[in-house]
Amino acid sequence: MYYNKHIREVKLGVKNLLLHKLRSFLTMLGVVFGVGSVIAMLAVGEGASKEALDRIRKLGSQNIIISSAKSIEEESQTNVRSMMSVYGLLYEDEIRLRVTFPMIKNTVPVKEVRKEGRLGERAMELRVVGTTPRWFDLIQRPLVAGRVLAQLDFETKSNVVVLTEHGVRKLLAGQNTIGQTLRLGGEYFEVVGIVQNAGNIGGDIQTPDQEIDAYIPINVARERYGDILTKNLSGTRSMEKVELHQIIAEVDSTEHVEATASGIESMLKLFHKKEDYKISVPLTLLRQAEATKRTFNIVLGSIAGISLLVGGIGIMNIMLASVTERTREIGIRRAIGAKKKQIITQFLIETVVLSTTGGLIGMGLGLLIPFLITLLAGMPTVVSAFSLALSLGISMAVGIIFGIYPAIRASNLDPIVALRHE
Amino acid sequence: MDIANYLNGAAAQLENVHKTYQMGIQQVKALSGVSIAFEKGSFWAILGPSGSGKSTMLNLLGCLDRPSEGRYILNGHDVSTLDDDQLSEMRLNHLGFIFQSFNLIPQSTVEENIQLPLYYQGWDPEESTERARELASKVGLEDRLNHRPMELSGGQQQRVAVARALANDPAILLADEPTGNLDSHTGIEIMKLLQELNQQGKTVIMVTHEQDIAAFAQHRMYMKDGLIERIEGMN
Ligand SMILES: Nc1ncnc2c1ncn2[C@@H]1O[C@H](COP(=O)(O)OP(=O)(O)OP(=O)(O)O)[C@@H](O)[C@H]1O
Ligand SMILES: [Mg+2]
Repeated sequence: MYYNKHIREVKLGVKNLLLHKLRSFLTMLGVVFGVGSVIAMLAVGEGASKEALDRIRKLGSQNIIISSAKSIEEESQTNVRSMMSVYGLLYEDEIRLRVTFPMIKNTVPVKEVRKEGRLGERAMELRVVGTTPRWFDLIQRPLVAGRVLAQLDFETKSNVVVLTEHGVRKLLAGQNTIGQTLRLGGEYFEVVGIVQNAGNIGGDIQTPDQEIDAYIPINVARERYGDILTKNLSGTRSMEKVELHQIIAEVDSTEHVEATASGIESMLKLFHKKEDYKISVPLTLLRQAEATKRTFNIVLGSIAGISLLVGGIGIMNIMLASVTERTREIGIRRAIGAKKKQIITQFLIETVVLSTTGGLIGMGLGLLIPFLITLLAGMPTVVSAFSLALSLGISMAVGIIFGIYPAIRASNLDPIVALRHE
Repeated sequence: MDIANYLNGAAAQLENVHKTYQMGIQQVKALSGVSIAFEKGSFWAILGPSGSGKSTMLNLLGCLDRPSEGRYILNGHDVSTLDDDQLSEMRLNHLGFIFQSFNLIPQSTVEENIQLPLYYQGWDPEESTERARELASKVGLEDRLNHRPMELSGGQQQRVAVARALANDPAILLADEPTGNLDSHTGIEIMKLLQELNQQGKTVIMVTHEQDIAAFAQHRMYMKDGLIERIEGMN
């Protein structure tokens, strides 16, 4: 004899809500906009932080990037005292890193030179990086054509060059460039491959391959161009001697990254008189970005929470009015034999149906708004399944929390008094 | 006295029942020690001046309230000891109510109104619909099933209320001035319906002000100041 009770209770609730369609709809709006804005805001926040996090991840969360940097005192003294400033990372540093730290799996040296590149008729100053083939394991970028540097190039000290898309653009080269000869300074190189750059990067986070035009084997760079760089800056010639511009160290696991980084710092301090290097840890940046994101989410969550609170109060207000309006109905149901619990359930189901429906419509809105933002403003947005589930859960909870008081009030009416109510 | 003894002849029995209402600091004695047994299958009319405690007695008999003092035995249970849920169950399973102002749910149809007790008894919807239709034709409203109460005359509304009161097949029908909102002709029709139900075995207890309505009952109880003044009719 017991039919599915809950379906009937929900049906009754829906029926009562449909009796006052406009009122129910208006009551729902608070939750609709609350949920819609929660999802939309989280989507915008998620989109923005995903972009930042992706950017950092491209640096490799297991990597430590050590760069040469002119120390501050050097910067001010160069022009006054000597013609040449000597600073930065040494070839030895790379070896030391590998020998000292067992957690360092891999090191990649980077030597930068600026040379005029000439491809056919076109000539441009290029930023050329001398490195080892391991570079391409660490800084993984899709290959556009040809191949990357190989161990053999290194061993045979071949004059081969891999262009980045950046360099390709400067030289107005196409894919048929593979196999052609590129003149760099006074040397001739065979173009063997083209790779992509990291893409458009903003903010203060720089990927190691930013603005690099070409890669050549590091030993070739060292032999052909030496360590001394001559710069012509507004008429004055300045010379710099830098052995390595960067060392990228890959640590065996992310857990060791931070300890290794501080180890590297103390080690370099020992061997460098001046602080002519800079250590950056993408993982630390990642952690900071994640912390920022968490803060951001808390702020958004609070705003969303307030709007849902307002929505919930709206529901409670209407339900209290509805209880008063339906006092007599409650009296009739109680006189006929409905238990208090059943009256509570009846009213609670109405509020939950109301808030959940509002939540579902709000979800639609929450999907539409980020879509429009991406479409019209070009901002990246990410609607996460989590935010959808969260909003739906919250909207149901709003129905229960703000429905419980009116429902209990309804159930506590004295049936005799309720029946006499006009 | 053993509860089983009450069951032999009485559908409901009040034993020295008091009901006191607290009105601020003032106490209002609505019933001041009433004892009476309502036999199974009897038809009672309760009369008396306004404020004499008629409705109070009916509400107690209807398990809408508990006596302040004394005992009320219904269906072998001492109602004065039951909690709120148990009172609801007594109403749901053993009692039917008919009110002066019909008290139908305005947004529900005739059929749905009649089904209301069955909804709370957890009937299968199809069986419940079938029973509602049977009851509607019993009170002559088989062609009004999908009407709302507002679309019916007072007499018709009261018929719906009677049908609803019968839905759970109660032992006792309780009616508080069932004809109070009806013209005398329609009132008499409702009384004929109640009389018919009584002849079919239902115990009927009714409050009324009108002598000609009370004349339909076998017993007439006159109340005054919260006490039974006298009882008329065959006993
Ligand atoms: N809920 C209540 N709170 C306080 N006093 C009440 C309450 N219900 C009834 N009374 C009082 O109890 C007494 C009896 O009331 P009751 O409703 O039983 O009278 P009645 O005989 O039905 O009168 P009427 O013919 O006017 O309907 C009255 O004095 C009334 O004011
Ligand atoms: Mg009365």
